Amino acid sequence: MLLNQFLFLGAFLFCTGIYGALSRKNAVLVLMSIELILNAVNINLVAFGAFRDSPVGQVFALFVIAIAAAEVGVGLAIVLIIYRNRRSIDLTQVDAMKG
Amino acid sequence: MVAQNIAFGLTALGMAIGAVRVVTTKNVVHAALWLVLVLGGVAVNYILLAAEFIAVVQVLVYIGAIVVLFLFGIMLTRAPIGHDPDLDNDQRWAGVVVGLLMFGVLASVLAKQFGRVHVDTSHVQRTADVANSVFTTYVVPFEVVSVVLLAALVGAVVIARRD
Amino acid sequence: MNWVLDNLWVVPAIPFASFWLILFFGKRLPKKGSELGVAALAACWVLAVWSCVAWISRQPAPSAGGGEKIRAAIEHNYTWLTSGTVKIAFGFHADGLAVMMLFVVASISLLVHVYSTEYMRGDVRYTYFFAALSLFTCGMFVLVTASSTLQGLFGWELMGVCSFMLIGHWWEDQANSDAALKAFFTTRTGDVGLLVGISILYFAAHQSFNFATLNRMALNGQIDHTLVLWGAIALLVAVVGKSAQFPLHTWLPDAMAGPTPVSALIHAATMVVAGVYLLARTYGVFWSAFVINPQTHGHHGFNAIAIVGAATILIAALLAFVQDDIKKVLAYSTVSQLGYMVMAMGVGAWTGGIFHLFTHAFFKACLFLGAGSVSHSGSHHSFDMKKDMGGLKKHMPTTYWTFVVASIALAGVFPFAGFWSKDEILVSAGHNGYFWFQVIGLAGAAMTAAYMTRCVYLTFHGEYRGHGHPHESPRAITVPLLALGAMSVGAGLFNAEPFGIRAFASWTRNEVFLQARIPDVNFSSGAAALSVAIVLVGGALAGFFYVREEFVFKGATERSALAKAGHELLLNKYYLDHLYTGIIVRGIRSPIAQGAYWLNQNVIDAVVNGVAVSARRVAGFVYDGIDQIGIDGAVNGVGMGAEEGGQSLRTLQTGKVQQYAAILFGAAALLALGLVLFA
Repeated sequence: MLLNQFLFLGAFLFCTGIYGALSRKNAVLVLMSIELILNAVNINLVAFGAFRDSPVGQVFALFVIAIAAAEVGVGLAIVLIIYRNRRSIDLTQVDAMKG
Repeated sequence: MVAQNIAFGLTALGMAIGAVRVVTTKNVVHAALWLVLVLGGVAVNYILLAAEFIAVVQVLVYIGAIVVLFLFGIMLTRAPIGHDPDLDNDQRWAGVVVGLLMFGVLASVLAKQFGRVHVDTSHVQRTADVANSVFTTYVVPFEVVSVVLLAALVGAVVIARRD
Repeated sequence: MNWVLDNLWVVPAIPFASFWLILFFGKRLPKKGSELGVAALAACWVLAVWSCVAWISRQPAPSAGGGEKIRAAIEHNYTWLTSGTVKIAFGFHADGLAVMMLFVVASISLLVHVYSTEYMRGDVRYTYFFAALSLFTCGMFVLVTASSTLQGLFGWELMGVCSFMLIGHWWEDQANSDAALKAFFTTRTGDVGLLVGISILYFAAHQSFNFATLNRMALNGQIDHTLVLWGAIALLVAVVGKSAQFPLHTWLPDAMAGPTPVSALIHAATMVVAGVYLLARTYGVFWSAFVINPQTHGHHGFNAIAIVGAATILIAALLAFVQDDIKKVLAYSTVSQLGYMVMAMGVGAWTGGIFHLFTHAFFKACLFLGAGSVSHSGSHHSFDMKKDMGGLKKHMPTTYWTFVVASIALAGVFPFAGFWSKDEILVSAGHNGYFWFQVIGLAGAAMTAAYMTRCVYLTFHGEYRGHGHPHESPRAITVPLLALGAMSVGAGLFNAEPFGIRAFASWTRNEVFLQARIPDVNFSSGAAALSVAIVLVGGALAGFFYVREEFVFKGATERSALAKAGHELLLNKYYLDHLYTGIIVRGIRSPIAQGAYWLNQNVIDAVVNGVAVSARRVAGFVYDGIDQIGIDGAVNGVGMGAEEGGQSLRTLQTGKVQQYAAILFGAAALLALGLVLFA
């Protein structure tokens, strides 16, 4: 198998995740898009690990997974708070920092 | 070799469709389910890359915990279940442009750099090796990640606390 | 013995030092500074006497051109500054004339100081009065001991300033300060002549200021006659101003506004004789310029100096008759006597002239101090004879007798002082071929006797017309009067030829005298008897006028229109004051003042205003155009640009996270693209 096929796949997921993060109103959907991005990164890591025949790829993918889990937990907690205060998690309405 | 390529091709197709559906569907729950497909596809890819440990971890953590978390989140935030036309904001096309631009750059770089390089997946990467690596060379990041998880746990509880 | 003659600078230095000491410390002293003044002058008097003794005891030595033996003068010169070839020296010249003047000035000044301690008691500026007296005395000392014209000029001007200060001592009264200014300006007019004369003679004498050099060169004929004549004329103008000769005599009677001790010191004995002293000191110049020598003047019988002096004698004597103020009588008398001295210089009576200076100082000072005594204790501080005096003989005997003695000396009656000196002048005039001046001198003597008799009568005889309680003055006043009275009697005997005394003449003889070959005159009993007789006649006429009820001259001004016109003329002082202030001064001042005013308003103000207007216009343009539009525009533009830039950049801050993310990713993609393409 070509290395590039995994890498291209990862790139595609990455860009799709970017699109989703930028264009989705619902905060949870944005978090899902970010998961897409993280998974794309993981694919890259493991592919290169396999390519180089080193466990380091997997190690870092493991760390990424752990961090992603933490991030989703905290992120959802924040989304909950926003929902509690505003009754909505429409990100286009969260613009109190408007200058 | 051929079997692996076919497996990869099918999986990649499924993942691509799933990813696109995640970011374009008008149903929040459906998006979560499409996400499950994508995540599963990632696990299959790990298997194809002979990284069995991380494949299992992926399934356990991502599909088993994180997607459940997402579903809880959808539930607790009373997202409209069912078709919701109002899920995309105004800068969709800017997002498309940025995404396409990014993909273009990445693709061209990858094509140029890793043209016809093969990856050797004949032998499986042993979990023992991974464990060795984690607990010797990368033990500090490992501990730090543990602390991060703890902090995230405590933080999430504190943030979402009702008082 | 000769120490003082070699160090004559000590004599002016002492009053100069006392001036400063009185000025700074006088007010704190128990007697308010007068003790410093008296002490300083006492020291100076001692030095003056010592210098006279030292001079007299010098051995006469054969003079330069052979002939009579005279005492050689002592002169010490010190270079003050040199500039290229010009060398200015100051020095002190001691000879008979100088030490004689020192004695006169020191004696009169000391007596005046003692007198002033009583007369000026309680005065508002008592201390400064004594300071000014000291400074004045210093100035006179500088003049008489000067070895060069420049140094003499210094003393001359210093005296002028002190005279101004002292005449205007009671300056709160406008009349007094006017009188001081008049004195100063009139003598200043003369001082122009002094400066011109000094300059001419300096250059004529091959750049020397030294008196001895000037005299020698003039008498040797080394100076071109025209130059020496112009120099002498210029110096004569100075003499006319300072010694109150006609036509610049008008300041002296007005100067009587000052305190009486000042009048006695300055305007009788010392400052006014500075002109005569100048004549005497530079006599070589005058002798050769005006050809005074009887042998060579071709019996012309007159010259400018003598004419000025003679005119002054008569004009002033006539004016003395119509004065009611006792000090003014004495002032005009002084002017008249100064005329005698100047005339003496003009007719070649050098010894007579300075001898008269010597005797006049004593009796005139005595008269002035006596008048002061009368006003102090007799007429309640008034000097008006007709209104406030009369019959004071019995109340103030000492004052009366000293006054009478001094008046007789002034009139020139044998054997009092004035007789000897006046007689010598008149005899010299006749002997040297100046006959008409001798006549004028005799007439003047008669008039002197007449007006002094009038003055004595009005003041001391008759009934007391005043308002005060007349009594004799305290000792501080009467003792100087007595001393001066004694000198009035005895001073003439220094040169009493019939008694074989030629002391004064021999003591004062100097090289100039010999080189010019000024003729010696012998005493002539005939001339002496004539002059005494004329004097007694004049005195008797005046006496009869007042004593007798019926007298031919009484009431003459009512009966005769001519007499009345003459009286008016005299009362108005020949209308000279009107001429000077009304016509000459105003005529010069008025057009100049108007011209200056026009120049100021139209030219200078126009320039200034023009500058101001143009400055305003420039400033306006700068403000409106450059400042408001240009600079403010730039500054405001920067501010507005910043604000608008900020406003437009503000739109980026939507607060929407996804927008920020879009920008972030977009930029990252572009950067990556850039990196890929170019790196």
